Amino acid sequence: MSLIYPPGSLKSHPLNASPDYGSTLKRAPSKPLILLPHTLSETTGPVFGHAALAAGDSDLTRQHQGEPLGERIIVSGRVLDEDGRPVPHTLIEIWQANAGGRYVHVRDQHPAPLDPNFTGAGRALTDEQGRYRFVTIKPGAYPWRNHHNAWRPAHIHFSLFGPSFLSRVITQMYFPGDPLFKYDPIFQSITDANARERLISRFDLATTEPEWALGYRFDIVLRGRSATPVEEPHDH
Amino acid sequence: MTTEQQAPQASGADLGITPSQTIGPFFAYALTPRAYGGPELATEQIAAEGVAGERIRIEGVVYDGDGAPVGDAMIEIWQADAQGRFHAAGNAGFTGFGRAETTAEGAFHFETVRPGAVQGPDGRLQAPHLSVSVFARGILVRLATRIYLSDEPGNAGDPVLMLVPADRRATLIAQRVGDTVFRFDIRLQGEGETVFFEA
Repeated sequence: MSLIYPPGSLKSHPLNASPDYGSTLKRAPSKPLILLPHTLSETTGPVFGHAALAAGDSDLTRQHQGEPLGERIIVSGRVLDEDGRPVPHTLIEIWQANAGGRYVHVRDQHPAPLDPNFTGAGRALTDEQGRYRFVTIKPGAYPWRNHHNAWRPAHIHFSLFGPSFLSRVITQMYFPGDPLFKYDPIFQSITDANARERLISRFDLATTEPEWALGYRFDIVLRGRSATPVEEPHDH
Repeated sequence: MTTEQQAPQASGADLGITPSQTIGPFFAYALTPRAYGGPELATEQIAAEGVAGERIRIEGVVYDGDGAPVGDAMIEIWQADAQGRFHAAGNAGFTGFGRAETTAEGAFHFETVRPGAVQGPDGRLQAPHLSVSVFARGILVRLATRIYLSDEPGNAGDPVLMLVPADRRATLIAQRVGDTVFRFDIRLQGEGETVFFEA
């Protein structure tokens, strides 16, 4: 069975030409994109199994000798397609700043402390029901130089493959109630307000563990619907 | 949704997709962690030594609209094997998938085998090609493009290249610059801008 990827679903994405986000000015294509037919090159994609993971990859608080500083959190959710079907066995890679808003990256110059017990990278595979779970530290906000007094809302980067090269997506998960949303041109590059909401995780008491960590729920919806019969392309 | 409460996120057929966001400048220790000693999921080696097919190396530089090299981009490749197969069982050492971080000078390369032809629209064969995604700070949605090879006679009739205005097709064709080396620069914007696809 092949999958159908309706082009209309792309309207949820931001435009690369989003001038309030300064880095787009010299990096967004200036010519219109050309519509690509969906051949096997697009409807297939890399598949990763458990060999891609090591023990502890999904617990970012256990990757060093000691406990990281900051607020321990659990982030879990499901990966689904546009019809709400689970996407099983798909790889999720995440990365983030530490509790002080500092990345372990040679070019991060924010004068906040590095945490010797926190690197901020993790991997997980979704299970049969498309579920995943990470344990990590709530990342801090940090300044950047996009405009005067620019600060990024706290976020965790998510990278997913899904079933094909067409479902490949890199995105960011945000936290509910962040006062920085309305000032952040990366978050605001998504013009559809409903689509922006889909990047905000929800506090979830069911994910929260007593005496240990708050839980956040973040479901991810990838492109792709199951094929409808070729003879009845408009039939559900 | 007009209700003030956020709607459940997994509620059925009206689900919209999760929007893309930029990879940002700090992805390396998760996605391309070699410099940090981390375990690499994928590298610039798509085909190990000994995999069937003609070995090729593809190398290039990513440039921005000012012609400045983009030193914080990530390039991903997806391709068929030499027989034109994706996910070929038993083709050990061939992943079909490559991932590379650009150097400070904007350079990237991949080590692979020349892909075979893959079926395209209407059952016609496509010329051999590699599918490419470009991610970088300032790119909000992955940029999709293709690499064709300059010495492939099938390029002239390729159904996807035919969709591209003739004066821009060259931006999709890697030029042979050595016995096994092809050059493919990526220009994000402006003069000589690479053709990007809406996929």
